[in-house]
Amino acid sequence: MEFLAPTSLAEAVAAKAEQPNAVPITGGTDVMVELNFDRHRPPALIDLTRVPELSEWAPDNGHIRLGAGVTYTRVINELSDLLPGLAMASRTVGSPQIRNRGTVGGNLGAASPAGDSHPPLLAAGAAVELVSVDGTRTVPIEEFYTGVKEHAARPAELISAVLVTPATGPQQFSKIGTRNAMVIAVSAFGLALHPDRKQVGAGIGSAAPTPRRAAAAATWLAEALEADNLWESRGPLPDALAAEFGEHVKTAAAPIDDVRGTAAYRLHSLSVMARRCLTWAWADYSRIGRS
Amino acid sequence: MRIVATVNGETHEVDDVWEGESLLYVLRERMGLLGSKNACEQGECGSCTVYLDGVAACACLVAAGQAQGRDILTVEGLADDLGLHPIQQAFIDAGAVQCGFCTPGLIVAAHDLLRRDPDPDDPEIRESLAGNLCRCTGYEKILDAVHLAAVRMSSAGGPP
Repeated sequence: MEFLAPTSLAEAVAAKAEQPNAVPITGGTDVMVELNFDRHRPPALIDLTRVPELSEWAPDNGHIRLGAGVTYTRVINELSDLLPGLAMASRTVGSPQIRNRGTVGGNLGAASPAGDSHPPLLAAGAAVELVSVDGTRTVPIEEFYTGVKEHAARPAELISAVLVTPATGPQQFSKIGTRNAMVIAVSAFGLALHPDRKQVGAGIGSAAPTPRRAAAAATWLAEALEADNLWESRGPLPDALAAEFGEHVKTAAAPIDDVRGTAAYRLHSLSVMARRCLTWAWADYSRIGRS
Repeated sequence: MRIVATVNGETHEVDDVWEGESLLYVLRERMGLLGSKNACEQGECGSCTVYLDGVAACACLVAAGQAQGRDILTVEGLADDLGLHPIQQAFIDAGAVQCGFCTPGLIVAAHDLLRRDPDPDDPEIRESLAGNLCRCTGYEKILDAVHLAAVRMSSAGGPP
């Protein structure tokens, strides 16, 4: 096995072009488990922790450009205002040690249907930036996940960043697990209200072969809020509306029975999380309106 | 490959490191530093918690090459010539050690907590130690130990 330690993005993409089967590693929270248990022995590792271009975030053309190497701890400490949904999800990742090393870029690279970053990214609206020696392209987040632990990056490409729209309204995240820490989600849900354009974003995790949007449910909710003039009035949210939203979210899922939970439980828990997230987000939205 | 890193203030140089092995393996099997424990090898248990460039991390999830040239502090580096670190002494005095296997990781995680927050409450301690598993104590004595260490360290003039 080779260990490649590029110190610039140009060096990193050159290494990936030369060895497309090389596995990128940053926090190691997935890659090292595979190696430690001898499940996978790639021809080379490309260590991205010394690539400065990947380790920063900055506002960029109306988005937050979050470098693939930014850790969950930094997302929590530095981006709770701009990307509240992603920060909430980041707080539920693993443990302090895992959050200190693990990255959103790595979560995207693993592309597990259970990854905690995915529902908030799907809800907020995001695009994944992929880079190779041929240049840079971006893929809308909902097109990025192509199968169980598979994604749209080509072999010679590296995930360099995720571009996320900063919050214009309340965002929420909820996740089911057996304890607070060190949990792989049984199911997860992310919600973003976009009052500036009277739209809603919703993403589900651990409830289909890939993370996916609950697009029909989000559209239904946005229109229901509009029909009751609630975007403008910021008035109380009818309980029936929140419950019906939960039922709509279920229709986006295609869950399976596995060791962590049954398909039926996943569907039920999604509807409950969606109802609760909407209730919490709406309480924030009403409060903002009064202040 | 050859790995050169600073561990507990001293430069260590080891040869014939396999590119796929972990920092934990390097520490234990190549440098003879057996304080960091090897239990789960998947970041679940926290027994191998060390500082990597001042950041608490599971050594089992750090590739050996990622530690090249870095500054590592293990549990062995917490005590000095004068004796145990106050957190180590508090774990003994509070009865927070039973089989002891999780203790080094918990000591480093508690150290990381107390340098950020010298007087944490129970929920903060639970959250900060959530990545460290103990199968003996039920954690109550561990919470007692962290509180005891916090009191002793603040009366001694501040965080580590």
